[in-house]
Amino acid sequence: MKQFLPLAGLAVLLVCVQLLTQWTGTTYYLTQLTMSAYYSVVIIGLCLLMGYAGQISLGHAGFFAIGGYMSAMLTTRNLITFQDQDWMVLLDKIGFLAARQDLYGEAILSFQPWAAAIIAVGLAGVIAFIIGIPVLKLKGHYLAMATLGFGIIVFRVFLASEIFGEADGISEVPGFTLLPGVTVTGSFGARVSNYYIAWTLVVVAMVMLINLINSRVGRALRAIHGAEEAANATGIDTAGYKLKTFVLSAVMAAVAGVFLTHYNGGIGPSEAGVMKSVRYVALVAVGGMANIWGALSMGVILNFLSLRGFFGSYDDAVFGAILIVIMLFAPEGLLRLNLVAKFKKMFSGGSRK
Amino acid sequence: MTILEITGLNKSFGGLQAVQDVGFGVEEHRIKAVIGPNGAGKTTLFNLISGTLPLDSGSVVFRGEEIQGMEPYRIAGRGLARTYQNIKLFPGMTALENVMVGRHTRSRAGFVAGMLNLPGTRGEEKRIREKSLEFLELLEIGHLADIEAGSLAFGQQRAVEFARALAAEPAMLLLDEPAAGLNMNETAEVGRLISKIRDLGITVLLVEHDMSLVMDISDEIVVLSFGQKIAEDLPAAIQQNREVIRIYLGDENA
Ligand SMILES: Nc1ncnc2c1ncn2[C@@H]1O[C@H](COP(=O)(O)OP(=O)(O)OP(=O)(O)O)[C@@H](O)[C@H]1O
Ligand SMILES: [Mg+2]
Repeated sequence: MKQFLPLAGLAVLLVCVQLLTQWTGTTYYLTQLTMSAYYSVVIIGLCLLMGYAGQISLGHAGFFAIGGYMSAMLTTRNLITFQDQDWMVLLDKIGFLAARQDLYGEAILSFQPWAAAIIAVGLAGVIAFIIGIPVLKLKGHYLAMATLGFGIIVFRVFLASEIFGEADGISEVPGFTLLPGVTVTGSFGARVSNYYIAWTLVVVAMVMLINLINSRVGRALRAIHGAEEAANATGIDTAGYKLKTFVLSAVMAAVAGVFLTHYNGGIGPSEAGVMKSVRYVALVAVGGMANIWGALSMGVILNFLSLRGFFGSYDDAVFGAILIVIMLFAPEGLLRLNLVAKFKKMFSGGSRK
Repeated sequence: MTILEITGLNKSFGGLQAVQDVGFGVEEHRIKAVIGPNGAGKTTLFNLISGTLPLDSGSVVFRGEEIQGMEPYRIAGRGLARTYQNIKLFPGMTALENVMVGRHTRSRAGFVAGMLNLPGTRGEEKRIREKSLEFLELLEIGHLADIEAGSLAFGQQRAVEFARALAAEPAMLLLDEPAAGLNMNETAEVGRLISKIRDLGITVLLVEHDMSLVMDISDEIVVLSFGQKIAEDLPAAIQQNREVIRIYLGDENA
């Protein structure tokens, strides 16, 4: 239980921050804190994959985008002309469709956000599974390049598809009502509630990941990271564990993509861009690799600064620079070593070779 | 009863025939040793049995089932555990955690159970920890439980690796030079331990260069030279075998 004390601290901090912005009249900060929260869900999932299981992915923006774009497309695409078709009747029967009116009063029949989200996240999971089987046989640089290739493909597909809005992306994505009265939306009045929705998702994800890391599975992942051959000979299905971790982290990225897209009311191709994937990797690395709290705090702080425009036009350059620094001072750190342990070792006088 | 039966095993690396038509059986609850000069193919043989290396041809029957071509984790799951000539611990994990990984085949919690940490999962985790501590204590390194395995002394690392293999409660244990790098006292200790393991009902297949240890504890010995089996007999007979004396013992005493 003691591993959850920091989470209680986080919860208190979150409430304090919200109250502070209220008293100081700076609630506009909550918007970036909400967006940072969603990005950090991607980052902690990637932290499990990279820091614990030791497998890099330079394609996670792709999974985020699959979640976001699919949910956006399904909830905005007007299917009213198909409404008499058998499959539409069936979809309607199982509650997958929702009728509404757009800003100009035109009748829209599209997927209901819950249904869209389930399809979007499920699709991301299936794609991760299919991609993961061959790609996770690769190691180190080769795995990095293969996942990078995947990310580029996803980016180009969204950029080139009329159905995904090409360079403009998809806008006017409706809110996502999770429960009656709890809606993921960027509308002005919902700023505080959405801050709490986003952070509740982060806390739930953190609880599950911390549980997992401290479980038999987490131990197996660290064993794979440290000595894959010995892990396999000890009875661990190394390929299966790597694949499941890859799919789990992809699903987390897709969930974040769905939520952030409904919050922002849209999504554009930059979310699928390679620079986004690089950023996620840089944030996990700067957080200390096998350090989920490091990944969370770095993810929130640096994304918040980035979203506030703190890095100006050097935004992507900052994350590139972070990667260079890590490569220089902890080259293995990026792909497999635990940075924190490495630093500890450095400062303990190098008693080990 | 035969627990392990290998037949016509072949493995080559490029032009080098590292294991050539090797076959023998291992009786249950016995200690069998594989000896031979450096480069004879002993470690390669272990890697073929445990599935770490794919074999070129031949068959490996373990507990009545053909296991050649299976992934190592499946073979481990059928009750085969091993240690390595060059110790392979999980770095960055404590001695106890290393041994807890050894309990993998004896526990079940998967991703969902792990994420939700249900009472049943917590109970299993507690039993894994307790059992693993028992094995550390059996190896008399219980006091090192929370020390990072990589920072332990060499002999202690060997002990941790031993405990990790035992933690699986295997039917059979492959030990690749368990006494390498140990001093005389430690070697004698390892010898007693291996006998004790056999008495617990675990079959042991052992590669070892320390002849007095091998002669002391083995029930039977196989001799390999340049990838081929040149003798298989009781320790006393092996000591008298001219061929063996010439290529192996002779070399050492020369
Ligand atoms: N992965 C490999 N690739 C190429 N050659 C190998 C490989 N593994 C072993 N060999 C070669 O196969 C031969 C047998 O090696 P092996 O390690 O099995 O010998 P060994 O009997 O265990 O020797 P030692 O007593 O030194 O441990 C050696 O000539 C070795 O160089
Ligand atoms: Mg060897």
